[in-house]
Amino acid sequence: MIIKTQKAILSSEITDPLIFKQRRQIIKALAGSLLVGKGITSVRAGEKAPWDHLPKADVLTKALSVTSAELVKNHTNYYEFTFNKADATTLAQSLPTDPWSIEISGEVEKPGVYHLEDILSQQSLQEYIYRFRCVEAWSMVVPWIGFPLASLLKTVKPLSGAKFVQFTTLYDPKIMPKQRDNAMLEWPYVEGLRMDEAMHPLTLLAVGMYGDSLPKQNGAPLRLVVPWKYGFKSIKAIVKIELLNKPALTTWNKMAPSEYGFYANVNPDVPHPRWSQNSERQLGGSFFTPRRQTELFNGYADQVASLYGDMDLRRFF
Amino acid sequence: MLLRLINGRYVIGIVCLIPLLWLIYDTVFDALGADPIQALHQRLGDWSLRFLWLTLAVTPVQSVMKWPGMTPYRQLLGLYACFYASLHVITYLAIDHGFMWRLIGIDIIESPYIWLGLYAYSIVFLLAITSSKWAKKRLGKQWKKLHKLIYSAAIAVIIHYYWQLKGNLAEPMFYLIVIILLLSFRLAVRLKKHKIKFNKLKLTRKMPVIAEKNN
Repeated sequence: MIIKTQKAILSSEITDPLIFKQRRQIIKALAGSLLVGKGITSVRAGEKAPWDHLPKADVLTKALSVTSAELVKNHTNYYEFTFNKADATTLAQSLPTDPWSIEISGEVEKPGVYHLEDILSQQSLQEYIYRFRCVEAWSMVVPWIGFPLASLLKTVKPLSGAKFVQFTTLYDPKIMPKQRDNAMLEWPYVEGLRMDEAMHPLTLLAVGMYGDSLPKQNGAPLRLVVPWKYGFKSIKAIVKIELLNKPALTTWNKMAPSEYGFYANVNPDVPHPRWSQNSERQLGGSFFTPRRQTELFNGYADQVASLYGDMDLRRFF
Repeated sequence: MLLRLINGRYVIGIVCLIPLLWLIYDTVFDALGADPIQALHQRLGDWSLRFLWLTLAVTPVQSVMKWPGMTPYRQLLGLYACFYASLHVITYLAIDHGFMWRLIGIDIIESPYIWLGLYAYSIVFLLAITSSKWAKKRLGKQWKKLHKLIYSAAIAVIIHYYWQLKGNLAEPMFYLIVIILLLSFRLAVRLKKHKIKFNKLKLTRKMPVIAEKNN
């Protein structure tokens, strides 16, 4: 057995602290450019990304304090991939989002398959800071980047028969394990809005958040955001938008019609049959942060209550 | 034998604290995920359920494996089920709701799954405080009757667990299957006893008839 004696390190071999620091800076700069590069490639039309200097939309007056991006990126329900929120972050990375096209059809003058980049070139992106309330009674505040759904629908010219809008998520069982297993829900995921809800200025199609393109687990490359409705209405990875003369049979509604309604408006006075919707746990607080009282229409009653007039919100939940 | 039993109880008693230490570790090192209060609350509930299931498994295991003298372990595991259930309830009241009683009141009234949790906790708590030898002696025949309520508590717990779910049904499925097995074991034993009793009854009835004939 050979036992090597420890050699003293020659003074010439010791890295000069100044050079060491410089190396560190080069590595940091490289890592930084890699990150920026990733942001650009994840959405092709994202030549504009990172979108950190976008104008803030003036649809809202309330100042909300934004939830930390780390929490929003690691707490998503993406049942196509997993039933576990934390696992969605890693599993959704297998979703190819570039190139991406969206089929718009039904009661429109100009149906067709549109490339996402072509859609985006016609839209001006803005930042919208919205409260997001899940039917599971947790909430967060997200700075979305997107454009009103209405301005996309106007470009395809809805016909008079268009009474409802139906959205469909990508169906790709090779990529999405729960679609492959036919697990729990009927796939693909389908959501819908009444035409006036779809045309409302608060209703968004989002392509980004926190000044960058959407992370895959958060619905890249294109998702719906309807801030006054429970989160499951805000469908992810949209591939099809159909304008119909009858309401869409939406996924959760089909799964449990007595529990998840078509409207799914946030309403503290209408409990889910199995649990209360009176209050919510806002992400990002400490162990001493109290629960938040849930607001009617998630705090957007001034803007959207008129859509429902004197409709019985208990019956049409 | 007695010494071995005492040592065994100490060992198991300490092992049962590992989930708590694990939770404390995750709490201190901020490893509870994006919704730490819910994670803490649910994980305590999960452990309470697991200990209740273990408690219910003692008697079947004892009779199938023919290991006598496991009753003290059953008491210990039951007390731990109550311990974790108490922490689960305290987390709900103190941390999740900060003792805001109005909010708690509305939440309980509007959430049927909590009614079942509340029922189960009342039973488990009642059984924990009457689990001592002294209480057993004092309650006499009533003790067995009282402690049979554990089965209804277990059924309430599994419904409580299912009713708060929206997705992820794999783990609950496991618990459901285990509790069905444990409860059907009791039912089978009961039916068997009943049958023996019934047969005995038939025999005793026939006796006088035979006697009459002999006369």
